[in-house]
Amino acid sequence: MNTSALIMMLVTEGIVIAFTGYFFYRVLTTKKHGEPDSFTENDDQE
Amino acid sequence: MANTEAWGSRVGLILAMAGNAVGLGNFLRFPVQAIQNGGGAFIIPYLVCFLLMGLPLLFVEWSSGRFGGSKGHHSTPFIFDAMDRKKFWKYIGVFGIFTNVAVAAYYCYLESWTLSWVWNSITGTFSGQSQAEVATYFGNYVSLENPDHTFNAMPIVFWVICLLLNTWILSRGLSGGVEKAAKIGMPLLLIFGAFLAYKAITIKAGSEGASFDGVAGLNFLWTPDYSSIWSSKVWLAAAGQVFFTLSLGMGSIQCYASYIKKKDDIALNAMSAGWMNEFVEVVLGSAILIPIAVGYLGIDRVVEMTASGGLGLGFMTMPYLFDQWGAVMAVIAGVFWFGLLFFAGITSSLAMGTPVMGFLQDEYGWKRKPAAWAFGGIVLLLGLPTVLFFNEGVFDEYDYWAGTVSLVVFALFEIILFAWVFGMDKGWKEITSGSDIKVPNVFKFIIKYITPVILAFVFVKSLPGIWEKIMNKESMIKLKFTCTLKKFPDKLLKSMLSCQMFRRILFTVKG
Repeated sequence: MNTSALIMMLVTEGIVIAFTGYFFYRVLTTKKHGEPDSFTENDDQE
Repeated sequence: MANTEAWGSRVGLILAMAGNAVGLGNFLRFPVQAIQNGGGAFIIPYLVCFLLMGLPLLFVEWSSGRFGGSKGHHSTPFIFDAMDRKKFWKYIGVFGIFTNVAVAAYYCYLESWTLSWVWNSITGTFSGQSQAEVATYFGNYVSLENPDHTFNAMPIVFWVICLLLNTWILSRGLSGGVEKAAKIGMPLLLIFGAFLAYKAITIKAGSEGASFDGVAGLNFLWTPDYSSIWSSKVWLAAAGQVFFTLSLGMGSIQCYASYIKKKDDIALNAMSAGWMNEFVEVVLGSAILIPIAVGYLGIDRVVEMTASGGLGLGFMTMPYLFDQWGAVMAVIAGVFWFGLLFFAGITSSLAMGTPVMGFLQDEYGWKRKPAAWAFGGIVLLLGLPTVLFFNEGVFDEYDYWAGTVSLVVFALFEIILFAWVFGMDKGWKEITSGSDIKVPNVFKFIIKYITPVILAFVFVKSLPGIWEKIMNKESMIKLKFTCTLKKFPDKLLKSMLSCQMFRRILFTVKG
């Protein structure tokens, strides 16, 4: 690959992967809101 | 009867939203748009449009959906009505029902091709065929003909299977159907995509019949032509791609979000689902179709073949190229490629059914199952012309009016409603209420001023095309209608026969 194509690809994919990873990580690690919330999977929890 | 649907989990909601956005266009449209509009430089207007139009519209659609849901509404006519009592907005909201039904009418047919091509890959239909033979097979398939010009019922059978599958999943409800499908479909899509991307970029010239390295395709796609970013055509293409890839302007995001409670987050969810779609599009979408095609066909041939889009390359050429990888790998790659497209398709078509069901459940008190079957029935009726008269251009007409014009018109009005009628201050409260992230204040300004201007630009620039389409249509319609009338009884009879045949197959399997 030529240098400009390689840089363009790595920078773009780096940005996209970083944002995707960061936001999904935040979703997984953010503390759940108390019940009643929008989701049924934890309805038995207080 | 109150609509008691709910999401099972937050991850399930995000996967369903991402699945709604991820469609066939991520793999077939994006890479072709990139190579036609400046290669790597295309990503500059693309990401700018994503930030200035895509993300703001995601915030708007998620928050107006949650706002409508808090008032007991799950479809855009009544969500918009809750935002402003003027009847005009309710009628604009009808686009959010109409578009979903009309797009599903042709999209489910496209989805059924992927299912059929999975089957063909398993049964070895394309084994040993030349590229021209695969293309002829596709031509015969959409013409509902066998090579000996007898009637081919297979497209109708796969289409009906696809509709039944969609309807069945929808009838299982939001958490039991749509969410489960997304939880299965999205991870599989990522695995299939990663495998194919690896195969594509490791193609070596001289090995397995390849003429060039797969990396040559990546190089071709990512080499930036910076002069292109001064072209309004390129910006329009980028805005269009962002718009379609995020499934904006359809009413399906509002519907999914309407099942979120007021105190729960939407900002982080919207960002997560939006960026997940970008990952599939930019990282996986750029690494499969073009590298494989360039590896075997060379740049010039790929440019020529993608002049009218990526659909032909995806369905008519890929099976032939996979066949060069040997018998076993051809089956695996075929199943993975068309399976990936199928999962991308079905997670989107399910999102098209949900607003229609929400509308029937909320406003007419229908139960979930009859609502799902009503959607399936409407799509069957409206989709029949796209199946029977594909070659007469019915599919393209649906795609243009429902899948292109209607979305832009709807999105333009919804941003005006949100930012200027409902009011930006109230709107901003809706976006940030319960948020798990700090939404930058600059988005308040972007949503109020920048996004409407971009949408107006996209709409105004598309007006000449709409006008041309209307003006050219008269003669085209006459010609097509005459052909259609002549063929209609014949095709209808054949499709009825194939339905009978389909029922017989089902009974045989059941019995």
